[in-house]
Amino acid sequence: MFTAFPLVWLLAVALRTTGSVFGFPPQLLPWPPSLSNFITVWDTMPLPRFFFNTVVLSGIAVTLNLILCSMAAYPLARMEFPGRKVIFALLLSTLMLPGHVGMIVNFVTLMKLRLVDTYAGVLLPGAVSVFGIFLLRQAFLTVPQELEDAARIDGASEWTIWWRVMLPVITPALAALALFEFVAVWNSFLWPLIVLKSPDKFPLAVGLLYLSGLFAHNTRAVAAGAVVMTLPIIVVFLFTQRYFIRGLMVGAVR
Amino acid sequence: MEADLPAPPARATGLLGLTRRQWRAAIIAYLFLLPALVLLGAFTFYPVLFGTALSLFNYDVISPPRFVGLAHFRALATDRYFWIALGNSVKFLLVVPVLQILSIGLAVAVNRPLRGIRWFRAAYYLPVVTSMVTAGLMWRWLLEQDGLVNFVLLKLGALPRPVSWLGHPDFALFAVMFVTLWKGLGYYMVIYLAGLQAIGPEFEEAAVTDGASRWQVFRLVTLPLLRPSILLASTISAIAALKVFEEVYVMTGGGPMFRTFTMFFYIFDKGFQQLDLGYAAALAVVLAVAVMALSAVNFRVFRQGGWSYY
Repeated sequence: MFTAFPLVWLLAVALRTTGSVFGFPPQLLPWPPSLSNFITVWDTMPLPRFFFNTVVLSGIAVTLNLILCSMAAYPLARMEFPGRKVIFALLLSTLMLPGHVGMIVNFVTLMKLRLVDTYAGVLLPGAVSVFGIFLLRQAFLTVPQELEDAARIDGASEWTIWWRVMLPVITPALAALALFEFVAVWNSFLWPLIVLKSPDKFPLAVGLLYLSGLFAHNTRAVAAGAVVMTLPIIVVFLFTQRYFIRGLMVGAVR
Repeated sequence: MEADLPAPPARATGLLGLTRRQWRAAIIAYLFLLPALVLLGAFTFYPVLFGTALSLFNYDVISPPRFVGLAHFRALATDRYFWIALGNSVKFLLVVPVLQILSIGLAVAVNRPLRGIRWFRAAYYLPVVTSMVTAGLMWRWLLEQDGLVNFVLLKLGALPRPVSWLGHPDFALFAVMFVTLWKGLGYYMVIYLAGLQAIGPEFEEAAVTDGASRWQVFRLVTLPLLRPSILLASTISAIAALKVFEEVYVMTGGGPMFRTFTMFFYIFDKGFQQLDLGYAAALAVVLAVAVMALSAVNFRVFRQGGWSYY
C-alpha cells in the first residue's frame, strides 16, 4: 500500500544491521532482525533526553489547551453577554489569517520577554488553539439545558457548573482535542527549532533533525531514531482512531 | 385585577444599559475568556498588526527599528530571490487539484460499510500523524539515486536509468510535492468522508432508481453535493501549498539551484538566519496577501457555482 508501505520499510531498515540501506535490490525482510541500531542510538545519542523532553512538552501543551480552550468555549456557547459576537468573529478570522506572519513577531516578543531557549517560549504561542475553542464550543452547545438548570437551582456557581456539570459531559470532545494537540506538539519542529538553542532541551523532532546531520553516515541509526519518535504516535493513533477521526469529521462538517 | 398591581418597577439599568445581573454575568463570562484572549491577543492578533508595521521598518533586533517606508516592497520588485521563491510557491499549487481528486476518489472508495474498512482508513491516515521530520528523512532515503523508488521504477521499465529525484533541478520540486501528497491524502480523505456521510444515501439511491449509471451518479449527484467539502479542503490545501516549508527544510534545504526555494523558506532565511526582520516581515505580508486573495477566489468559485457541473 502506497501510504503505509514506506513506514514499514523504515522499520525494516531500522531492524537490520548488515548490508547497505540502498543498493539493488533492497532487502525488505529484516533478517536477522536486531535491536542493535536502537541500542546504538539510545547509547550514543541523547535520545532518552529528547524523549523525556517531548513527553514533558506535549503533556504541558495538552493540559494547557484543554483547560484554556474549554474555559473560553464555555461562555461562547452558553452565556449571553455583550461582545460575544465580536469575539466570535475575531476568533473566526484567525482561521482565515495565515498563521506564519506571526512567527517573526512572536520571536521578537519572546526575546523581549527573555523567553528564548525556554519551554515557556515554545509553549505559550500554542497554548490556546482556536480550533480547540470551536471544537469544544460545539460540544458545549449540545449539553441539555435541563442539566444546567438543575445545577443552578441547587445554587451552583458558574465555575462549578463548568467544572462539575459541563466538562464531564463533553469528555469525548476533550479527548479528541487532547489527541489532536498531542500529535501536533509531538510532531512539531519548526517553532521549537526557532526558539530552542541548547540541544539538551530539544524535543525528538528537532533532535532527530540535528542528529541526522551529525550521523549522516549512519542511516540505520537515524532510522532507528525515527522509529522511536514515530512508533508512540502510531500506537496512540491506532488505539484511539475512533475518537480521532470522529473529532476531525465534526470539525470538518461544522 | 391586573390594573390593581403597581406598575412594574422600571428595570434598574446601570452603566451601558445593563442591569446589575447582566453586569455580573458579563464579568463572569470575560473571566472565563480572559486567559485565552490574553494569549491569543499577544501571540495571534498582535503579530498581525505589528508584523504589518514591521514591514515598513529596518529591524535587526540589536539596534532600534528605523522607519524606511515602502523601501522593502520596492526592493522586492528587483529581488531575484523573491521572484524565484514566489514562482516556486505558486508552482507548488499544482499539488492542490491532484490532492483533491485523489482524496475524493479515496473517500468514495472507503465510504462503504465493509468489515475492517476502519483499518483501511487508518492506514491512509497514518502519514498524517507521522512527523514531517520522519516522513522527510524517510522519503529522502527512498528517493535517493540508489533508493527504492528508483529500483521499482527501473524494474517496471518506467525509467531508463536511476534519477536522483531530490538532487535534480527538474524533478526536485515535484518530488517534494509528492511527499506533500503522500502525507496529506489521508487528512483530505477524512474531510471528504465527512462530507459524503453528511449527504446520506437518499439522493444517490434516487438517482440509481432513475437509471443513472455509477459514473453519472458520482458526477451529477455526489460531486455537486460535496461542494462545501471541496471548498473547505481545497482552501486548506491551497493555503498549505503556498506556505510550504517543512518538507523543503527537511528534504532539500531549498536546493538544488534554488528549485525548491519557496516563499516561506525565504522568510525563514531572512528572518531567522540573517536577522533582517523588516524585510522578512515584508515578505510575510506579500505571502499573506497572496493567501487571502487565493482563499477569496476559492470561495467565489465554489460558493457561486462558477464550476458548472450541474
